[in-house]
Amino acid sequence: MAAERDPPPPGDAGQARFGEAEDGEDLFVGAVGALESNPSSPEPASLPAEDISANSNGPKLVDSFLDDDPDDLFAEATEEVSLDSPEREPILSDGPSPAITPIMAPRIDSTLFDQALEEEEDNGDTFDICISVSDPEKVGDGMNAYMAYKVTTKTSLSVFSQNELSVRRRFSDFLGLHSKLASKYMHSGYIVPPAPEKSIVGMTKVKVGKEDSSSTEFVEKRRSALERYLMRTVKHPVMLKDPNVLQFLESSELPRAVSTQALSGAGILRMVNKAADAVNKMTIKMNESDAWFEEKQQQFENLDAQFRKLHASVESLVCHRKELSLNTASFAKSAAMLGNSEDHTALSRALSQLAEMEEKMEQLHMDQAYADFYLFAELLGDYVRLLTAVKGVFDQRMKTWSKWQDAQLMLQRKREAEAKLQYANKPDKLQQAKDEIKEEIVEWEGKVQQGERDFEQISKTIRKELGRFEKERVKDFKSVIIKYLESLVQTQQQLIKYWEAFLPEAKAIA
Amino acid sequence: MIIFVCVVFQLRSVSVDLNNDVSLLIDIPDALCERDKVKFTVHTKTTLSVFQKPEFSVPRQHEDFIWLHDTLVETEEYAGLIIPPAPPKPDFESPREKMHKLGEGEATMTKEEYTKMKQELEAEYLAVFKKTVQVHEVFLQRLSSHPVLSKDRNFQIFLEYDQDLSVRRKNAKEMFGGFFKNMVKSADEVLISGVKEVDDFFEQEKTFLLDYSTKIKDSTTKAERMTRAHKNVADDYIHVAAILNSISAEENTALKNFTFLQKVEGRVASDQELKLTELLRYYTRDIQAAKDLLYRRARALADYENSNKALDKARLKSKDVAQAEDNQRQCMQKFEKLSESGKKELTSFKGRRVVAFRKNLVEMAELEIKHAKNSVSLLQGCIETLKNC
Repeated sequence: MAAERDPPPPGDAGQARFGEAEDGEDLFVGAVGALESNPSSPEPASLPAEDISANSNGPKLVDSFLDDDPDDLFAEATEEVSLDSPEREPILSDGPSPAITPIMAPRIDSTLFDQALEEEEDNGDTFDICISVSDPEKVGDGMNAYMAYKVTTKTSLSVFSQNELSVRRRFSDFLGLHSKLASKYMHSGYIVPPAPEKSIVGMTKVKVGKEDSSSTEFVEKRRSALERYLMRTVKHPVMLKDPNVLQFLESSELPRAVSTQALSGAGILRMVNKAADAVNKMTIKMNESDAWFEEKQQQFENLDAQFRKLHASVESLVCHRKELSLNTASFAKSAAMLGNSEDHTALSRALSQLAEMEEKMEQLHMDQAYADFYLFAELLGDYVRLLTAVKGVFDQRMKTWSKWQDAQLMLQRKREAEAKLQYANKPDKLQQAKDEIKEEIVEWEGKVQQGERDFEQISKTIRKELGRFEKERVKDFKSVIIKYLESLVQTQQQLIKYWEAFLPEAKAIA
Repeated sequence: MIIFVCVVFQLRSVSVDLNNDVSLLIDIPDALCERDKVKFTVHTKTTLSVFQKPEFSVPRQHEDFIWLHDTLVETEEYAGLIIPPAPPKPDFESPREKMHKLGEGEATMTKEEYTKMKQELEAEYLAVFKKTVQVHEVFLQRLSSHPVLSKDRNFQIFLEYDQDLSVRRKNAKEMFGGFFKNMVKSADEVLISGVKEVDDFFEQEKTFLLDYSTKIKDSTTKAERMTRAHKNVADDYIHVAAILNSISAEENTALKNFTFLQKVEGRVASDQELKLTELLRYYTRDIQAAKDLLYRRARALADYENSNKALDKARLKSKDVAQAEDNQRQCMQKFEKLSESGKKELTSFKGRRVVAFRKNLVEMAELEIKHAKNSVSLLQGCIETLKNC
């Protein structure tokens, strides 16, 4: 065994390493073969060092009999990668193995992703796109009515046909877009920004035509949420280049997304899938040997809990501030009546002034409550949902790992079957069976390769995504908090004005 | 069980110009709080010879103050005076309830949050405590600065008697049985508005006081609600700040300043409470005391009119005329005395009220401006730090 641990020559990268696995624990024989094919790749991808440890999940089983000195294993891996670096490309482009699932498509996109990341890093601030959602208009009547929003895109990016585009969209269009993006990218480990939530109560009020403040509030809440959703989506370099997104922002007519309705066939399928996923999550026990992922997962669990708590606290703040506003209004009326009743003229006037001022304060408090809400609470709501998407991404990785493990298991079984055939004594059927089994083995070897590649890819993607997420989150929060503090400053400055106007009135009481 | 020993600052916000007559200076320099009971230390400095010593202190409970107030109200001689309203019972219900809730919710908060909430609660306890000391002190000072009431024997006993007053309290209850007070409560509105007024001044006062008392009671309630809502907003910031802190540990030390937001809102709330809500509360009680005076006078007027009728009847029947004349003269004297002193009292009451309102409104405005300016600079500092990091 020791001999097999010599650092393998670059060309035969994996072969020597996994050679010993022949007798039953052979998992990766075919896997590294792909490393050498398709050396041609247009993109000079930047491979961050973390990729190396992504391998660590692979050779887990190899570890078990190369048990001493795992460091050496990694040292090998390091060498491999650094020497084979250009040959790592193939993982990113179309692999030779047959597609097991429609995962193939994103392969291409991930190349674009790397390219886009490069561009972003090189060009810094030329990510120039601004989307606004405005002008909610009710279309139709009764229960079939819906709100149509104007989506305006202002950009200098070349991907778009014009610098300024404007289309009309309804809520289900947004849901349709999200649904398409999710089915395309989620299983590859991309954090797809979640769409705003449906609200049956809210929409019914609007449909029914109630023109009260709660339905206007609802529409405004939704409009703002849709805007944030779109901005978040286009900020993602991969999503930005997705044809669905481009179509959404550009074309005047969009096919109606019927499958987003809760009770449609697609809706029911979604529910079934969700249930299946939940069950799977409980049964898959992944051997996490990558400390980075373990740590990150824990970190995000904590963050999720914290965000939920924060969201609840801020909602309480909004609620209390609204209460303050109402109580101030009530007091203002009472003070006015007291002023009327007061028979000392100057004091009477001062009390009336106090009442007027408190009325103004009522509005001020209400405005501040709105700021509390729209700036703070809604952002937190977004992040609570985003974190669910992040957690989903970890789940996808687990699923990918599981698929890979399953493939390995199948391969093992096939090999066992082959071995059995060796000792069978039905010579006439033997050759045919042997051929069949050999074919199957090749097939499953391919699948195992694919599985490993998928797993590595998703791990790599997730690392990038998490890095991006963290950066975005910090930026987002910082900018929102600054805006929020500025709103508080405004409120305080207005308060100063009001009190300074009142002070001479109070002093004038004689 | 919480024990506070508190050295109290003089927060004389509701009544001004008290306690500057050197001949009799009263204050409550400290108080002890044990469970529900508050023990006030009443300190007197005097140059009057009626007292045994020039300076002395006695411990008193809230019930002692009530006893003193009630005895004054029941004294016929003082019927023409506005008796300063009794101080309300110390009420720690609100902070106690909050403390209880805090204890229950301790598990769900971070240590930092819990500490901050506890600090806030302790501050609230202290505020209630200070307020109750203040209001008891003001009661005594109103008495000491009144030309007639300051000479009351019971008042002097209250200040000086170094033994427990509870025996005296029981006796008083048995003697008067709170009869007069109960009568006042049920009958004043009807009687005051029912009696035909002969005097313009009192007619005006009556209309004014009846209306004003309803309005000010309402304003007090609304002000209390407003202040409470403000406190809630301030408390929410404690939680928000604590969580933000734990989330953004690495990136933003400026966010640690979020805790000051709680201070910003909290100070505004408590100053508003002290200057506005307390003011309204006090004058609601004071207006009631003024109404009581009107009631007594109305009663006296009714008696006077009845005595006139009785005299006429007696003269008609030529029976007991002298007695009836006597009665009528007494009633008239009583009524006139009440009217004369009542007029003086009500006039000075108005003056006092206007001055107190002015002082408090001005102080409140000035404090609010100060806090707001403070907040602006703190907030802007925080924004700068965030933008630069």
